[in-house]
Amino acid sequence: HLTTSLPLPSERDHLRPRIDLIVFMIDIKSKYSLKNVEASLAHVDASFFLGKVCFLVTGVGRVNYCSVEMNAICKLGEVYCSPVLFCELELEGIRNATAQRLLRMLQICAGHIPGVSALSFGTLMRNSADE
Amino acid sequence: SGGRPGVPMESADGAARTLPSVGRLSRGPPFGRAQGWLGLSHGGQLLSPPTPHSQENADPQRTAFLLRKQWTLYSVTPLYRFYNTHLRDYARLLSAFIAAEKQKGLAVEVGVELDIKVAVSSIPGLKGSDRDPAAILVQLSLRSASSPKNAEEKLVWSGCFCCVFGDHLSENVPEDFTCLPLFLVNGPESYTSIVGTWFQKTFDCCFRRLAISPLNLSWMAAMWTGCKVDKTTSAVELIFSVPCLPYPLDISYAIHPEDAKALWDTVQKTPGEITQEEVDIFMDCLYSHFHRHFKIHLSATKLVKVSTAVASAHCDGIIKFLQSKYLTGLLMLLTELAISQIQ
Repeated sequence: HLTTSLPLPSERDHLRPRIDLIVFMIDIKSKYSLKNVEASLAHVDASFFLGKVCFLVTGVGRVNYCSVEMNAICKLGEVYCSPVLFCELELEGIRNATAQRLLRMLQICAGHIPGVSALSFGTLMRNSADE
Repeated sequence: SGGRPGVPMESADGAARTLPSVGRLSRGPPFGRAQGWLGLSHGGQLLSPPTPHSQENADPQRTAFLLRKQWTLYSVTPLYRFYNTHLRDYARLLSAFIAAEKQKGLAVEVGVELDIKVAVSSIPGLKGSDRDPAAILVQLSLRSASSPKNAEEKLVWSGCFCCVFGDHLSENVPEDFTCLPLFLVNGPESYTSIVGTWFQKTFDCCFRRLAISPLNLSWMAAMWTGCKVDKTTSAVELIFSVPCLPYPLDISYAIHPEDAKALWDTVQKTPGEITQEEVDIFMDCLYSHFHRHFKIHLSATKLVKVSTAVASAHCDGIIKFLQSKYLTGLLMLLTELAISQIQ
């Protein structure tokens, strides 16, 4: 399900399936997208931050179009204990690879991979990012 | 404030296509130099530039040529075996190279036979610390070949290599190299191309257009707004390019300089020091004000140009210096940007 901001409209709550993973997309070329994500985070239930949230930063291929400070995004990842992924949507290879990664994460978060929980996977991703 | 469609800006494809490395080393600041302002790391701070070594000796006449002209910026990798003592020889060699290119039919002036005179000089006062090499100025003038004696020479192209507080580049480079990472050009692109080719061939260096990101432009906006100017006649103007439209649209946002300075003064906590947070607050205030009036989120657009009484800068790497007082500080920042693009 794709949306431009949270919270989701309450009228359709009863029709909505369970949400396994929330990917917040931040466009590095738009400060507005960061502000939007920050505002939307406030509407997310705390239980999601146990491995069911990740940040996807797009537009990283063009460093010179940067309107958002990288540090601010990484700090966001730290504060919300969620991994930060980087991607360049304009490059097909990276786009596909990122999509596959997200799909894998989704499978874990939905509980389809036995032996790996969303929380343990999230911790694994964060620890490897720190190194 | 105002909004009007502007002319579309050409974009230089100097964009570096690399993924940012989050674990980037922060350069140790001998004078507490800015790191964060390049969008690199750690809540950045900018302290006002340390007194240039020869502020007293720097002849303002010699650096006046930089003022009120539009300069296109390039980053240059270190020059191999470039010697300050051979400038006359370089002028001769470059002159011969240009003449040869003209012969080949890459004539830059069609019709009248015109001689191109090349002058290469050093500007010792144009530097930051003692460790910086002196700036090098290359000038091309046209002289009519018909009356060589009393012919008037017309300056048609200027290029200036300089380095202002570029320690962290030069300290990592072997001895045979001269570090002059910032190159400023004023004049036709055809001459830039010829001169650039000659330098690249002769000193094994590489030129790249220096692009300035919206993040860095907003730092400049905050910095320059805070500068004390004698007579503030010009507004602080920010130009934004709106993305994702089938036609080009630019939004121009002009703010009365005193209002802008008043706003900045309430945001800045320590004089002489600027943090990323302060720049963000300053810009957010401007964006909110605009949104209140026009219901447009400027934060979703791309900041492409900043103009103040101190200087103006465009994201394609075009700059104009308007105040000699802040020249060294500006060159220091641009040197930083150039070094960052090289590394």
